[in-house]
Amino acid sequence: MSDGMKEKLDSIVSKTLEKMQNVKTTEALNEIRVSVLGKKGELKEVMKGMKEVAPEDRPKVGQMVNEARDRIESKLAEMRQRLDQEKMERQMEGEKIDVTLPARKADIGHRHPNTIALEEMERIFIGMGYEVVEGPEIEWDEYNFTKLNIPPNHPAKDEQDTFYINKDIVLRTQTSPVQARRMEQGKLPIRMISPGRVFRADEVDATHSPSFHQVEGLVVDKNITFADLKGTLEQFAREIFGPDTKTKFRPHHFPFTEPSAEMDVSCFKCGGKGCRFCKGEGWIEILGCGMVHPHVLEMCGIDPEEYTGFAFGVGLERIALLKYEIDDMRLLYENDIRFLKQF
Amino acid sequence: MNTSLSWIKMYVPDLDCSAQEYCDAMTLSGTKVEGFTRLDRDLEKIVVGKIISLEKHPDSDHLVICQVDIGEKNVQIVTGAPNAVVGMLTPVVLPGGRVAGGHDGTLTEGGIKIHAGKLRGVDSDGMMCSIEELGSSREFYPEAPENGIYAFAEDSGVKPGDDAVHALGLDDVNIEYEITSNRVDCYSVIGIAREAAATFDKKFVLPEVTPTGNSEDVNDYIQVEVEAPELCPRYTARVVKNIKLAPSPVWMQRCLAANGIRPINNVVDITNYVMEEYGQPMHAYDLDTISGHKIIVKRAQDGEKFTTLDGNEYTLDHTILTINDAEKAVGLAGIMGGENSMITDQVHTMLFEAACFDGTNIRLSSRKIGHQTDASRKFDKGLDPNNAMEAMNRACQLIEEFGAGEVVGGAIDIYPVKREESRVLFEPDKINSLLGTDLSAKQMLEYLAKVELRYDEKTNEIVAPTFRQDIHRCCDIAEEVARFFGYNNIPTTLPRGEATTGKISFKNRVEAKARDVAEYCGFSQGMCYSFESPKVFDRLLLPQDDSHRRAIQISNPLGEDFSVMRTNSVNGMLVSLSTNYNRRNKNVRLYELGNIYIPKSLPLTELPEERMQFTLGMYGEGDFYDMKGVVEEFLGQIGMHDRLQYNAEAGKTFLHPGRQANIIYDGKMIGFLGEVHPLVTKSYGIGERTYLAVLDLPAILPFATFDRKYHGIARFPAVSRDLSMVVPKNIQAAELEKVIRQGGGAILEELSLFDIYEGEQVKAGYKSMAYSLVFRSKERTLEETDINAAMNAILKGLSDMGIELRQ
Repeated sequence: MSDGMKEKLDSIVSKTLEKMQNVKTTEALNEIRVSVLGKKGELKEVMKGMKEVAPEDRPKVGQMVNEARDRIESKLAEMRQRLDQEKMERQMEGEKIDVTLPARKADIGHRHPNTIALEEMERIFIGMGYEVVEGPEIEWDEYNFTKLNIPPNHPAKDEQDTFYINKDIVLRTQTSPVQARRMEQGKLPIRMISPGRVFRADEVDATHSPSFHQVEGLVVDKNITFADLKGTLEQFAREIFGPDTKTKFRPHHFPFTEPSAEMDVSCFKCGGKGCRFCKGEGWIEILGCGMVHPHVLEMCGIDPEEYTGFAFGVGLERIALLKYEIDDMRLLYENDIRFLKQF
Repeated sequence: MNTSLSWIKMYVPDLDCSAQEYCDAMTLSGTKVEGFTRLDRDLEKIVVGKIISLEKHPDSDHLVICQVDIGEKNVQIVTGAPNAVVGMLTPVVLPGGRVAGGHDGTLTEGGIKIHAGKLRGVDSDGMMCSIEELGSSREFYPEAPENGIYAFAEDSGVKPGDDAVHALGLDDVNIEYEITSNRVDCYSVIGIAREAAATFDKKFVLPEVTPTGNSEDVNDYIQVEVEAPELCPRYTARVVKNIKLAPSPVWMQRCLAANGIRPINNVVDITNYVMEEYGQPMHAYDLDTISGHKIIVKRAQDGEKFTTLDGNEYTLDHTILTINDAEKAVGLAGIMGGENSMITDQVHTMLFEAACFDGTNIRLSSRKIGHQTDASRKFDKGLDPNNAMEAMNRACQLIEEFGAGEVVGGAIDIYPVKREESRVLFEPDKINSLLGTDLSAKQMLEYLAKVELRYDEKTNEIVAPTFRQDIHRCCDIAEEVARFFGYNNIPTTLPRGEATTGKISFKNRVEAKARDVAEYCGFSQGMCYSFESPKVFDRLLLPQDDSHRRAIQISNPLGEDFSVMRTNSVNGMLVSLSTNYNRRNKNVRLYELGNIYIPKSLPLTELPEERMQFTLGMYGEGDFYDMKGVVEEFLGQIGMHDRLQYNAEAGKTFLHPGRQANIIYDGKMIGFLGEVHPLVTKSYGIGERTYLAVLDLPAILPFATFDRKYHGIARFPAVSRDLSMVVPKNIQAAELEKVIRQGGGAILEELSLFDIYEGEQVKAGYKSMAYSLVFRSKERTLEETDINAAMNAILKGLSDMGIELRQ
């Protein structure tokens, strides 16, 4: 009896496995599952014949039926996985796109090149322990000039083409008055930069603007040397113009500092060989600097015998124009979106 | 300041370097060279030739054929020069050489190459040159003919085959310096030469000034009184008689020409030469025009009129110093002499003046009368009085040397308070610690000696000659040491000492957030000028009594368009948007962070308030509510959500009356936004609806915070309800929402408008509004009864307002 049963089961199993092998969809697979394992499925039918099996054979037959079901179910699982995988592959294939079609752009605004240059400078100096300090743009003549060692009638006052509100109040020509204000507070040591808007009576053209920005730096501490000034500015130049940048210091004169210098950097376009960008010089003038004049320290209540310091001033627009190769300063104040979008 | 290199070499004879080397080294030692021009940059293969025969060209009326001796051989040259004659010595450019330009004086970049060729069938092996073709002009070579080739004077000593460029002094370099205001001494050839000698470590040779003068006494000719010694620290004068005006020697003419000064005659050239050489301006008066044999230096009378030698009349006042004779003013001190006393061709006896005037006074005076001269530009730097007599004697020496006149013996010298040398304690350790160097005292003294800074061993002081007006303190000595040690030889270190914290202010952090939010929302950053035209107020339709019209005026503006400090940021934004609109840029969104300037009183007696404005402007896609969204995003980012209100009664004349609002936070106005009034967009030439928002940072900063607290994530389910209402049109959403929130109580988590409609389906004077409400409790799952209670409270509140639910 069990032999007949076994044949029957084997036949169901092999027939079912064969059918499943060629199935193409999960639906068809499901139909097969129902037709074999379902309530009215073939295996159920076989089970119904169990009554006719001798009781002593029943466990054995039961086991045979279970084995047959296991084989079918394991094949079912295998097929289901294969079909799912095929389905996923078909879907992926159908969803293929042309990745070279244009991107949908997020319409994000752009930062002004001056601000980008300023943020970069702030990052460098904040990293060196400098605080960023602001001050008034409309300033007392005394802070803009006298406290910076430019007494009344000093020729430097003419050189700077100052805008006056009245005889005592000016549009600041430099951000150094912020340094004088900070020194007067008396908290030492000082490491600061003062960025901001400054004004000079220059007509608007490709290289001049009556309003522009400066970033001036000041360090006052014990034992500050000219060598420290050079080292700091060299580091700054390398950070902002690239690690291969070389610097050159030339004597100059500013009333605020003594000794004073101007710093050139090797042309970052040609590396110093000389090109149109640096007018064949190989060097580009970047900033003025020097050791804070002892008289300036005295006027701000700092003892120059105990403290020394250095100061420097950079034109922000100059850095922005050089760094981004902008050939006309007027572009910075026109606010044409086609210009701004390039930054 | 300009000098020729050859003039420098007159005082530094051993100087042997190229122009480029000279300029580089001078710049590094502190005499900055702006640039240099080689006078012979476009001159090549030009020799002296002598015309030995001349015949008519067979085929031309105006050409002649010359045989020219150029030293080693004769060449044939065809020329059209009308002044060519046998025996003439003239510059000849040989085939393959170059000249600088045409005979009409136009220069050609890179020069013009000259080839052998034929002129109307006759061979011509070169060209005889005019002074213009050599790149100069009759201004500097007055002996050159107006039309024709240059002829060397017979006594010039040149011979055929000589280098003509050298013979003309064109083998020179003109160097332009940027002299800083502390180095008055370097506004002279001698001053620069002294620096050159120090820079190249060569011998410095000053001109040897020999005594001059006959046996007469100058005091018999002239008396001098200085009535205003505060403005004239020194006045020196000498007299020259029997003047014979003539051209100055060629060497002096060349010297002046290479410096860009036009030679005139011996007397004028000598004063110009000495002014350049010593940096000391001089003036010559015709002594016969000086009445009373008297010179009085005094302040002008208020309202006094005076005509200078260039024929201009000026009105003077008591701040202006004049030179007078017994009756009248004869010169504006330090600026220009008078027409009434100037040297003419008939001059017989002259008075030479070399004075020192107060620099500031000369600067202010020349500015006041609007007339600057070479002399005033030298004086206004503040000259060294000790230089005056030296320069005077040098000029007299040249007068005698050139036979230009007979110098009368003796000199007038009014010099009540002698300027003394300055002395600075020599502190080598302090110098080293300022520079960060390790130089020996000996080394330092060597550097200082190069520029005549002497060491007084007895007092341990550095003694600075009076021409060095910039040496007062140890740091000044340190700079001199550093210059000659070499700035670039100083080591590089970083500051040591106490560590400091790098930081930015809270205000800067809020500004950075403003930039971030604006940019996320598609706005790009613009920058505007701080000053604008007062016409802006009318353009913005501001009433006559509007406080924004109280603007700070610049007393010396670049023009009306830049004459007042802006009191609001709207104009700058509209101008920028207008620029973009005119250039056909679409969908423009801009923002600006910049100050406005609010006077506390006018005229200004204290510094004004500077208020940072965060200004947003846009046209194209987006409307009022997009702008409002940007404002709220920014405020949200700086922790300002819960006390925000809008007041439609903003009263901004430049905004649409029905589409504007003040932005209120905690009852305080922090800004405004709105659609720009169509009349205003029209006047700015913007053809689209334009929106603005202005946030006043000083008003915002007290509320702004970057502190955040975690509120937990909801764990219980939410229940939503929709509420659709018909609302009288004049009721604002904010009023409605207030009532709904009150009714909804603590469990009303979210309230959002999803539809608003006015039109056919809604009765006139009403609008339909639909909100979605989300209820949730933090403590428990809400029951139906909770929701119903809340909804009933809401409905009651609404019906109290006369609002009915939509059927």
